[in-house]
Amino acid sequence: MAYERSDRTGADDGADTALALKILVAGGFGVGKTTLVGSVSEIRPLRTEERLSRAGELVDDTGGVDRKTTTTVAMDFGRITIRAGLSLYLFGTPGQDRFWFLWDELAQGALGAVVLADTRRLEDCFPAVDYFEHRKIPFVVAVNCFEGARSYGAQEVSRALDLDTGTPVLLCDARDRDSGKEVLIRVVEYAGRMHTARLLDTVG
Amino acid sequence: MTSQWYDAEAGPLVRPYAMTGGRTKPGPSNVRFDLIALVVVDDDPPGRAEEDLLGPEHRALLSLCRAETQSVAELAADADLPVGVVRVLLGDLLEAGFVRVSRPVPPAQLPDERILREVIDGLRAL
Repeated sequence: MAYERSDRTGADDGADTALALKILVAGGFGVGKTTLVGSVSEIRPLRTEERLSRAGELVDDTGGVDRKTTTTVAMDFGRITIRAGLSLYLFGTPGQDRFWFLWDELAQGALGAVVLADTRRLEDCFPAVDYFEHRKIPFVVAVNCFEGARSYGAQEVSRALDLDTGTPVLLCDARDRDSGKEVLIRVVEYAGRMHTARLLDTVG
Repeated sequence: MTSQWYDAEAGPLVRPYAMTGGRTKPGPSNVRFDLIALVVVDDDPPGRAEEDLLGPEHRALLSLCRAETQSVAELAADADLPVGVVRVLLGDLLEAGFVRVSRPVPPAQLPDERILREVIDGLRAL
């Protein structure tokens, strides 16, 4: 059998001791979700992309989005193995409204989320921000800095999105592995802080 | 537009749920397979004879599980099958005793601070 056994003697095998955590990557169409998942994770993301038909181009507003001719119809996912028995799974949420039905399943049990934003089309990430705020899923907003886009500070973005105080906003380059790692680290840190705060609330 | 479709353009030749005999939900055990639920082969699986009775998709999933503990999402990706179909097939394998499935940790119990620390350190070390 090829799977890793736990170090603890007599412990059960992988499925019982292994832990899988889930982080969602959300945001508007063409904002770089697939790129982010691909830049940090170990396996090739599951791409179920379809070419945009002419009809699709009208539905999927690609203004300001360069050379994007396919659209993600299912979800991307990648795995980061932290150690044997501890993996982090990344799921890119479908970027279009007509795939909302997939979100609830993805969001269930998620540790936290990244909302990727493009300052040229900031409104595209409103639905994702609303979604995670309503469900109290800890999220950070990562502004993907596209070349040629005017740069805004994290404060400005936070105000424009009317985020709850404390919701982290950071600038990133979704293509860059280190930048992507930093985004994920911030999600995990923030999720930890939110969780502790909630526990204290329960006690108090 | 041409009226002739060949190969991949014609779409799948077998409707996805044909592989499950038309079933769209896992069997009587009614297990809910989370996307990140982990699937491992059972330590005490049924015999060779029973395995030979499995369909090709069941066997494909089984051999993927044998290679490595995998999540439901990974199995679907690697077997190139829709997640819904994989859930039904895994339900069969579970009931027949070929595999076991971990329950994902309920979100209320997460995150354990020590685990999160490990995740953060692990991410930094990537």
